[in-house]
Amino acid sequence: MLAGWDVAVEIRSPGSVFGADPAEAIVSLLGTWTIRLLLITLSISTVARIFKRPKIVTLRRTVGLWTFVYACIHFTAYFTLLAEFSISAWLEDFSERTYITAGMTALLLLIPLAVTSTRNWQRRLGLHWRKLHTLIYPAAMAALLHVLWAAKASFLDVFIYGLALAILFGERIVVRIRRRAGRGASSH
Amino acid sequence: MHVIGAAGLASSVPAAALHAAWMDSKGFAPAPPSEDTVTPRGYATSFNNFYEFGTDKNDPAELGSRLTTEPWNVEVAGLVGKPGTYGIEDLLAGVDLEERIYRLRCVEAWSMVIPWIGFPLKMLLERFNPLGSAKYVAFTTLYRPEEMPGQRSYFSSIKYPYVEGLRLDEAYHPLAIMAVGMYGQVLPNQNGAPLRLVVPWKYGFKSIKSIVRIELTETRPRTTWNLTASNEYGFYANVNPTVHHPRWSQGSERRLPSSLFNGNRKISTRMYNGYDEVAGLYAGMNLRLNY
Repeated sequence: MLAGWDVAVEIRSPGSVFGADPAEAIVSLLGTWTIRLLLITLSISTVARIFKRPKIVTLRRTVGLWTFVYACIHFTAYFTLLAEFSISAWLEDFSERTYITAGMTALLLLIPLAVTSTRNWQRRLGLHWRKLHTLIYPAAMAALLHVLWAAKASFLDVFIYGLALAILFGERIVVRIRRRAGRGASSH
Repeated sequence: MHVIGAAGLASSVPAAALHAAWMDSKGFAPAPPSEDTVTPRGYATSFNNFYEFGTDKNDPAELGSRLTTEPWNVEVAGLVGKPGTYGIEDLLAGVDLEERIYRLRCVEAWSMVIPWIGFPLKMLLERFNPLGSAKYVAFTTLYRPEEMPGQRSYFSSIKYPYVEGLRLDEAYHPLAIMAVGMYGQVLPNQNGAPLRLVVPWKYGFKSIKSIVRIELTETRPRTTWNLTASNEYGFYANVNPTVHHPRWSQGSERRLPSSLFNGNRKISTRMYNGYDEVAGLYAGMNLRLNY
């Protein structure tokens, strides 16, 4: 949304917002917001558990779908502005550049999650739905690798995203261990 | 390449002189292709890779003003007859400055066309009487963390100070220059003030900025990006569209400024960045291994 406004200004007066290389700047800005949204999506259930506000989990679908929308625009911007609609350039990037491979993997993993995000699919898949949606974890790892491998020499962003992801993963592991321990205790 | 008259430089640099005749007499003046129009100055001074000031492209322009460039001394060491510390005014005394319009190809697959003001590197090196045993020249950028915030970063994989180097025959090639200005003015800090290397047939990172040390050596000097990621950046770093890079396709480049919906100005990258006259330096070398 923010990016949309900037792009509109950029089109009116080239160079004013994104500098000498607007294509690269826009692709990278969209990517930044995609991984941030992905981390926000993952943090919703954590926040709900910690602050005992189960209702906010209903936000997860909306934010998750926005993450997917941003991932798609990020890819589209890359494909149109940087690869310039060249399938062969894209395939070369995909096969030779590990950070592109990782990014594409993350995007592909998000597709089934977006498709099955409706209540209808949730009902239809039943217990499998939960299992399917654990794909968000490998997707998040792939997205983090995408940022890590794209970084040239500056690792501050990667450090922050990695730390956030580690906290979110860690919280889930703790919850799981506690749940298991609780179950074990009650059976005795 | 073509050479045009340098406009008057600001006060700290001696009067610029014209050397078009000198360049023409060397016989290499391939007419630039039509896309080689000079990049507007504003882009060349606001879109920079100078990680000493930060890794964002606009960091050097925003933070570069903190750098003090006066006084500026250059330490000359190694296999030379006249080692010592030279003030920049000594190095520039009696030097005829000329304007050189060069393509600048960044390893990140973008390029610009910059009118530099400088003088052949060979002229500078010969003043120090290199010994016969010297095979390489090593350069070092200023290390001054209090004025260069990027050097204070805990999240940088680069070890400062930045170091670069050339084989001596590369350094003696007439295309290799030391620049002190651009666009008819003294170098802005973000572009490597007050003294930088320009080697137009190599990727931009070879053209080391804000030089404080020059050493002639017998063994190949270490270079910063090679130390940081040796699988990505070699010592030679000649522009070469056939040697793929794990991050960027080197077959083409985006000539900046690009604009979003006016076409991206993607052009084919040429061997040696189009400066074929340097090919003799690498005769018989496997450029795939010596990338």
